[in-house]
Amino acid sequence: MNYQMVVGLEVHVELSTKSKIFCSCTTEFGGEPNTHVCPVCSGMPGVLPVLNKKVVDFAIRAGLATNCEITRYNKFDRKNYFYPDLPKAYQVSQLYLPICRNGKVEIDVNGDKKFIGIHEIHMEEDAGKLVHDPWDDCTLVDYNRCGVPLLEIVSEPDFRSADEVIAYLTKLRETMMYLGVSDCKMQEGSMRADVNISVMPVGSNKFGTRTEMKNMNSFKAIYRAINYESQRQIELLEAGGVVTQETRRWDDNKDASFAMRSKENAQDYRYFPEPDLLPIEISEDWINDTLKNMPELPEAKRARYISEFGLSEYDASVITAERQIAYIFEEATAICNKPKEVCNYVMGELMRLMSETSTLAEELEIDPKKIAEIIELVSDGKINRTAAKEVFEAVFRDNAEPEKYIEEHDLAMVDNSDEVERIVADVIASNPKSIEDIRSGKAKARGFLVGQTMKALKGKANPQTVNKILDEKLKEIL
Amino acid sequence: MDITNKTALEIGQMIKNKEVSSPEVTKAMLENIKSRDKSVNAFISVFEDEAMAQAEKVQSDIDKGNIASPLAGVPMAIKDNICTKDRLTSCGSKMLYNFKPPYNATVTDKLESGGAIVLGKLNMDEFAMGGSTETSYFGAAHNPWDTDRVTGGSSGGSAASVSAEEAIYALGSDTGGSIRQPCSFCGVSGIKPTYGGVSRYGLVAFASSLDQIGPIGRDIKDCAEVLSLISGHDPKDSTSVKRAPYDFSDCFDGNIKGMKIGIPTNYFGKGLDEDVKKPVLESAETLKKLGAEIEEFEMSIVDYAIPTYYVLACAEASSNLSRYDGIKYGYRNRDCEDLMEVYLTSRSEGFGMEVKRRIMLGSFVLSSGYYDAYYNKSLKVRGLIKKSFDEAFSSYDMILSPVAPTVAYKIGENSSDPLKMYLGDIYTVSVNLAGIPAVSVPCGFGKNGMPVGLQLIGNAFEENKLVKAAYAFQRETDFHLKKPEIALKGGNAQ
Repeated sequence: MNYQMVVGLEVHVELSTKSKIFCSCTTEFGGEPNTHVCPVCSGMPGVLPVLNKKVVDFAIRAGLATNCEITRYNKFDRKNYFYPDLPKAYQVSQLYLPICRNGKVEIDVNGDKKFIGIHEIHMEEDAGKLVHDPWDDCTLVDYNRCGVPLLEIVSEPDFRSADEVIAYLTKLRETMMYLGVSDCKMQEGSMRADVNISVMPVGSNKFGTRTEMKNMNSFKAIYRAINYESQRQIELLEAGGVVTQETRRWDDNKDASFAMRSKENAQDYRYFPEPDLLPIEISEDWINDTLKNMPELPEAKRARYISEFGLSEYDASVITAERQIAYIFEEATAICNKPKEVCNYVMGELMRLMSETSTLAEELEIDPKKIAEIIELVSDGKINRTAAKEVFEAVFRDNAEPEKYIEEHDLAMVDNSDEVERIVADVIASNPKSIEDIRSGKAKARGFLVGQTMKALKGKANPQTVNKILDEKLKEIL
Repeated sequence: MDITNKTALEIGQMIKNKEVSSPEVTKAMLENIKSRDKSVNAFISVFEDEAMAQAEKVQSDIDKGNIASPLAGVPMAIKDNICTKDRLTSCGSKMLYNFKPPYNATVTDKLESGGAIVLGKLNMDEFAMGGSTETSYFGAAHNPWDTDRVTGGSSGGSAASVSAEEAIYALGSDTGGSIRQPCSFCGVSGIKPTYGGVSRYGLVAFASSLDQIGPIGRDIKDCAEVLSLISGHDPKDSTSVKRAPYDFSDCFDGNIKGMKIGIPTNYFGKGLDEDVKKPVLESAETLKKLGAEIEEFEMSIVDYAIPTYYVLACAEASSNLSRYDGIKYGYRNRDCEDLMEVYLTSRSEGFGMEVKRRIMLGSFVLSSGYYDAYYNKSLKVRGLIKKSFDEAFSSYDMILSPVAPTVAYKIGENSSDPLKMYLGDIYTVSVNLAGIPAVSVPCGFGKNGMPVGLQLIGNAFEENKLVKAAYAFQRETDFHLKKPEIALKGGNAQ
């Protein structure tokens, strides 16, 4: 029998607010254990939460960008369970009235377009982290992450392949980063997904029993885990077995998933409305203000780059894939008004240097003004393209000042005809063989003479001047 | 001159007039605590040295004119579920037997900036769960009027300390009657403020949607002054209300002519002791004589108040008390093999019977399959109770009722019968469910000489009407001036 996989995702995105959801502690990643904590986020007796309004702003943004309805009357609920990383023993979340509902996101897998439904997006607080100390054989708790705001984005079970899942995650990540809602750093856990998988016979519309893999934070692992788990379920069914509803752990090293907890042991979270927080009413004005201040999303940017700047579809999609790259492109273009040149430098030099130095887009510190400056120096004939590459690298690596660097390294283009004339004469005199070759019709030899001249001028000459003078001299001789 | 039996405002005035100094009053109160608290057990901790140092400091601030509060320099005490920075805040529980919060409750800060001298922390039912202060890990508190009897609760230590003249005034907290009922049992005055009137920041939560901090004092005027000091919007408590401060300035003329007072007849039916009924109805007559218009009416929804209250309060408590898991602070059984054992043994050993009973009740009503039948239904009834109070206040300025169905009973008499104990809250819990204010003032004595309290219930943020009526009543009567002779002689407790 042929089977069809069915996948649904719960994606957690850590919000990039400066402070936590219910107190003023910093949300900064890292830091010595338990230094970003206060009585509120460490769950001391008698303390009370105060909602960070920015979290609601960000949730509305995310909801609007994913075509959701915004819930006007919002409440928080308590999800009760015991674990040492959860100091209050309840997580403040939203069960009954999540802030966003009924959205959709369009994905594109090799030209096949499809909508993935968003069931809901809700706001909640993150938990802390347990650290096992193998030396003392004890477990320590770090509450720094406690109370960092999260959005949980719950999709409908609309995925039918791992490729669709990755396309959706890529799109979601791009969107959240563009919105400024999250930095989505997978390796720091600021974007992570719970993956629900089941299989059913092709043509059926009755979903099979699902399993869940929690807290996955790499696209590669998610891709492999989905394919592995769906295959495991198919083989199980083919062999006459049944799939048990359970939580499984994906082991990327072993390339396999393992059962963790079955539904019989599922917890009863005893949700009820959080009495320490007032309901939040979201007005029309609040939504309109958010809409007005929404950053341009990648799709709109791509279309604009093509129509306004004349970039190719491919170039536009490469440039917009990362928010920071698009920002650099736009800033530099705004100064020098040469979008295609900027695009060439960004896709050529900048991306080469990024990959050589393993720099992530969000870590880029290069000043777009300097990129525009280099492009203008080239077009003004101050430096040639070879020198421009060297200057670009110096700007990228050491934040060099282009003009100063050119002066210090003597990279300015030589446009002095007398000097070029003198060198050309020298080159002709010392390469009689080439002159012979030219006479006998070997055009390549002329190129050699240009090369020798440029070499003698250390590459700084204006190639047009060199060509012109060489032609004049050759005409005299020939 | 005995200064320990004066009101807070009198002492505050005497300090201003330099008739007495704050350190002198503080010392006298500490003496009273030493001689009387062995039999009353109102205090869990006494901050002797700190209180004296604080009194010296406040006195010098008063002398320099840096402090204007009429309560400056007056010694008082705080219920042990209200956080005091770096000082034990045990909630009367083994679970927090060593807990010293690194922060003050907002009310503690307000008291200190008003020049209050904190004598110590007061005994209470464990986590404010109980109506007798018998469930305290630190032993039952004893009623100063008869030390074989309970103080009421859960703010039993607060009421007893004021009654026994071990504190001039005290802070308590009221979730279902925990200020009003011990006031009734101990013959002192108290206010349960409107929900949102006083910041809950730093009040260790029992049931978040019901808890309020309030004052207990010698008379209603003291209580009003303390309420003015501790109330107001607090950015740290989202449920505290932004509004103009309480204004009690025109409450003390004794004029209640034309005030409309409703008496709900179903509050005076079966279950109410004759000992209580008689003085309460007599006080209605007193108020009538003073010019109030008294009228009887029906308020039958209140019959559902007890089950509604216990479902909601226990549900919230089961969640609020989950943080006491032996991991971060407080009691922990250190002899454990794994995490589950830490949880089970720490919580089994750290909590007392009544707390465990309520956590189980609360966990049950929130569990899947029961949520709608219990929790959700109770929320709906709560809405109906609120509505019927709204209706009552469209006709009346306030409602007059008993505080508790009986006078203080013997220690141990009810402690094995939780249902009987819960029924003792019948006249008080609906006030918390509706989020409205109420006062409790002494209105007489039972046949055995135990005090009886009168409850006046008002509309949200209309504490001033209640204070005005209570003041008029206290100007006319002397029940609040009577002293419990037993405790003042040193007591007869074992």
